[in-house]
Amino acid sequence: MKFKLTFWRAVFMVIMAMGLYSTYVRFFRGLGAVSNMSDQFPWGFWIGFDLLCGVMLAAGGFCMVGAVYLFNVERLHSVIRPAVLTAFLGYVLFIVGLLFDLGRPWYIWHQLIYMNPHSVMFEVGICVMSYTTVLFFEFLPNVFEKLNFPFGIKCVRKIYPALIVLAILLSTLHQSSLGSLYLIMPSKLHPFWYTPALPFFFFGSAIAVGIAMTIFESTQSAKARGRRPELTVLVELGGALLVALWVNAMLRFEDFYHRGMLREIVKPSYEAYFLWLELALAFVIPIALLSFRKIRLSPNGLYWASVICLLGFITNRLNISLIGFETYVGHHYVPKWTEFSVTLMIIAMGFALFAVAVKYLPIYAEEQERVVVESLEPETAPGAATPVLIHAGD
Amino acid sequence: MSKALLYDATMCIGCKQCEAACAQQNKLPYDDNVAAESVQSEHKFTVVLTKNDKFMRRLCMHCEKPACASVCPVGALHKTLAGPVVYDVWKCIGCRYCMTACAFAQPKYEWQSLNPRVRKCIMCPDRIAEGKQTACAEICPTGATKFGERDDLVAEARERLRNNPSAYVPRIYGLTEVGGTSVLILSSQNVEEYGYPSSKKLGETPMPEYTGRVMERIPDFVPLWSLVLGGIYWISHRREEVAAAEEEEQREKNGGAR
Repeated sequence: MKFKLTFWRAVFMVIMAMGLYSTYVRFFRGLGAVSNMSDQFPWGFWIGFDLLCGVMLAAGGFCMVGAVYLFNVERLHSVIRPAVLTAFLGYVLFIVGLLFDLGRPWYIWHQLIYMNPHSVMFEVGICVMSYTTVLFFEFLPNVFEKLNFPFGIKCVRKIYPALIVLAILLSTLHQSSLGSLYLIMPSKLHPFWYTPALPFFFFGSAIAVGIAMTIFESTQSAKARGRRPELTVLVELGGALLVALWVNAMLRFEDFYHRGMLREIVKPSYEAYFLWLELALAFVIPIALLSFRKIRLSPNGLYWASVICLLGFITNRLNISLIGFETYVGHHYVPKWTEFSVTLMIIAMGFALFAVAVKYLPIYAEEQERVVVESLEPETAPGAATPVLIHAGD
Repeated sequence: MSKALLYDATMCIGCKQCEAACAQQNKLPYDDNVAAESVQSEHKFTVVLTKNDKFMRRLCMHCEKPACASVCPVGALHKTLAGPVVYDVWKCIGCRYCMTACAFAQPKYEWQSLNPRVRKCIMCPDRIAEGKQTACAEICPTGATKFGERDDLVAEARERLRNNPSAYVPRIYGLTEVGGTSVLILSSQNVEEYGYPSSKKLGETPMPEYTGRVMERIPDFVPLWSLVLGGIYWISHRREEVAAAEEEEQREKNGGAR
C-alpha cells in the first residue's frame, strides 16, 4: 500500500506533532508549564472544552438510542451506529483528555475505592466510567459482525434492553451533573450563568446538541464517503432540533425572568457581550433559520443551522466555565497554545479513529441495503404497500 | 468540642512571626523574599496584609461545613472533630475541584510539580492532638491570633465588641458566614478590603447544601427513572409485537381466502 500525502493528512501530522510536544511538556514539566492555569483559575480550557463540551457533543449517542429503541422511531435507525460510534470515541477521548488535566492521573482509579457520595465530581466520574462501558457493549456488535461471530451478537442482543435503559439513565445523571458541578460556586460564578436550574439546562441543551451533532456528523460522513446524506432522516432530526431549541430557549427565558435578570442582560457589559453571542448562536439564529420550511428541507440549511447551534452551546459551556469567573477573579484567562494543541490532538485522534472504524467495521452497512429499498419506493407508491415490501425484504 | 482561632486585627502589629512559624511548622521555605510576598501560595499558607498601617491576616477559614471536603470525589479533604480541615495527599487525584469550590479561594496548587499537591493551612492538627496551640497562635506576641474552643472564642469576641464598640466593625466575620467557620475575625476595617468575600455574597447557607439539594435526590431518581425508561421500552416494543401478531393473523386470513 502506498501512502499518499493529502492536505488533510499533512494537517493531521502537524497537529499530532505539536500535540506530542505539548504532551511532553505536560508530563515532564508539569501543569504550570503547559497551561495558563493558576491558583485563581484552577480550571481552564481543558475542563471548559474537553470535559463540558466533549461530553455535551457526545450526547448524540444516547439521544438517538433513546429515540430509536425507546420510542421506536424506526426511521432514524440508520443513524444509530454512527451516533453510538461517535459517542463511544467521544467518551474514550474525553477520558484521555482528563488524564492530561488531572494533577495525579495515575491515581484516577481512587474514584472507585475512596468514594465520596456527596461529591458531584464523584458522581460524574462513576457515571462516565459506567456509560463508557455501556457504549462499549453497544459498539461491540460492529466488531462481532466483522468477525462473523453470531454468538457474540446474540449475547449482546440479550442484554440490549438493559443497555438502553442504563445508557439513558447514566446520561441523564452525568449530563445534568456537569451543571451541578457549578452549583457550589454561587459567590464566584457570574449571575448571568449561576442559577439553581443549571443541571436542567445542561441536560436540556445536551438533547438539543445531541440532535444537532447527529445532523452535523451524518452530513459530514456522507460527504466524506461521497454520498448524499439521507434527506428524510435529516429533515426529521431538523424538526426535532427546532422543538428542542424552543423548549431550551423558553426555559432560559423563564429562568432570567424569575431571577430578575432580564433588565441586567440587556445592559452592555463584558459578560453581556458573551451572553449575547451565546444566545444568538444557540437560539436566535438556528431557530430563525429552521423556522423557514425551505431551510428545514434542504441538507445545506439543516447543516448550517446545526453548526451554528453547536457553536452556540460550546460558547455557553465556555461562558460558564471560563468567562463567568473572570469578574470574580479580576483578570482574564487566555489558554496557552499548548493547551489548545493538546485538545486539537485529541480531536484529530477522534476523527482518525472514526475514519478507521468506518473503513473496517460495518458502521454504514445498513445504508447499502436501504438504498436498494428506497430506490424501489417511487415505483411501489402510493405508500400503503411499501411497509410490507420492506418487511418482506427483511 | 471543636477548636478555633480568633484573629483580632486591632491587636496585630504586623510582625509576621505567624508567617514564619507557619512556614517552619509546615516545612516551607521562609526568608525575606517570602516575607515580602503579599499573596498566599503553595509555599505560603498564611499572609499578613498591610493597608493604611492596618493589618489583616488571611488563612484557611476551616469552615464548619467545608465546601472543599464535600466536593472532593475521593474524600481527600475532611473536617476533623477537633476543628481543622485536613488533607490526605495519598488519596488526591488532582482534579482541583476543592480550589474552584472554596468561597475563600484557600486551597493552592503546586503547579510546577510533576506530582502536585493541594496546599493550604491545616490548622496544625498534630499540635492540637498533643494538646498544644497552633504554631501561629503560640508565637503571636500580642495575642492577636488566639487559639481555643470555638464557643469560648465567640463569647470573648462578643465581649470585646461590647466593651469597645468604637474600635470595631460590629460583627464577627466567620460566625455565620457559610454556616460558620473555625476562624473568627474582628477588625476595625471591613475585611472585604483585604480580599475576603463579602458576608452578603457568601450568605449563611453552608456551601455543601447547594449541591446537596440535588445530590440527595439521586437515590430516589435512579430507580424511578429506570422504571419509567423500562416502562416506555416495554410499551413501545409490546406495540411492535402486537402489530406483528395482527399482521400474521391478517396474512393467515388472506391465505385462507385464497
